[in-house]
Amino acid sequence: MIFVELFWSFFKIGMFTVGGGYAMLALIQQAIVEHGWLRLEEFIDIVAIAEMTPGPIAVNAATFVGFRSASIPGALVSTGAVVLPSLIGMLILSRFWSQYKDSPKVQAIFQAVRPAIAGLIISVAITLGAAVLSAGADGFNILGLVIAAGVFFAVYLKNVDPFKMIILCAILGLILFR
Amino acid sequence: MTRRKELWEFFASFFRIGLFTFGGGLAMLPMIEREVIDRHGWTDRDEILDIYAMAQSVPGVIAANTAVFLGNRLFGFWGAVLGLVGVVLPSILIITVIAIFFEQLKANPLIAAAFEGIRAAVVGLIAAAAVRVGRRAVKGGFALAMALGALLLSLSGYVNVILIIILAGLAGYLQYRVKGSESQ
Repeated sequence: MIFVELFWSFFKIGMFTVGGGYAMLALIQQAIVEHGWLRLEEFIDIVAIAEMTPGPIAVNAATFVGFRSASIPGALVSTGAVVLPSLIGMLILSRFWSQYKDSPKVQAIFQAVRPAIAGLIISVAITLGAAVLSAGADGFNILGLVIAAGVFFAVYLKNVDPFKMIILCAILGLILFR
Repeated sequence: MTRRKELWEFFASFFRIGLFTFGGGLAMLPMIEREVIDRHGWTDRDEILDIYAMAQSVPGVIAANTAVFLGNRLFGFWGAVLGLVGVVLPSILIITVIAIFFEQLKANPLIAAAFEGIRAAVVGLIAAAAVRVGRRAVKGGFALAMALGALLLSLSGYVNVILIIILAGLAGYLQYRVKGSESQ
């Protein structure tokens, strides 16, 4: 049953992502590949669209995957499922927050989970990088590598707005890949 | 202002937050502050830091977590629900429209070429996000081991991502216990 699968997958994604944003990509990628909902290339397109359109990335990705798998009801189920842990978790935790925030036990757990999430995001970058860079006509997309490296340095070192970089690279794509 | 009207205002505020912030995650914070502090005075700069800390340390989408916490504090359960619906509604509407036309758009050779460039850009963007999160979270050998371990397990393709996160949390807890018993 597609709706149960979508709900359960995106509920887990919402529940196991700490830190929001890109931290969710590893989980979303795994769910998509596992169920064969989308090709890896389409997943990269979703990340681009999620970045270019307003709203939280995980919500955008959930809506897109849900729609592609089961039309509008699929989009609603996936999106509801990805934010449901927020509703449950925050309503419960806001009562216990004052004890919870200073608990050394909780701090210790998060000090291990956060770097692990960084490692997971790196693994997404490597997997997607390999998919993009092997897409060239001769099995290696050197222009893609140059663009990816340029974007990395512009965003990481110069703090350039990711939205602007995507527009710039779309124009580069029009010139270079036609 | 009547309570019903203010609840409606709260929904509209989070709808605007969902509509006008690009990139998600921490990129949404300045817009959230403009709406809930500067425009409506629902909270102040001190409390918002506490809310962010909480929104980032419990699982879930940060903007959704913030909407639920503030909505619940100001208006109770239905405030939480309305804030949540408000912040995700723009995404649902916009992405659904894009998804409907996406296949046709990609059949256009110009757009296909543009997406070749965009895909390469996304790889660079994710790499930048990874290094940024890493620089903030990896302090010391233990954290480095967690990051490398998660990276290798994930790349191997044999271990579920959720299991990797649970294992990291478990390792953090065990390290805390070991450290605690040493210092006693």
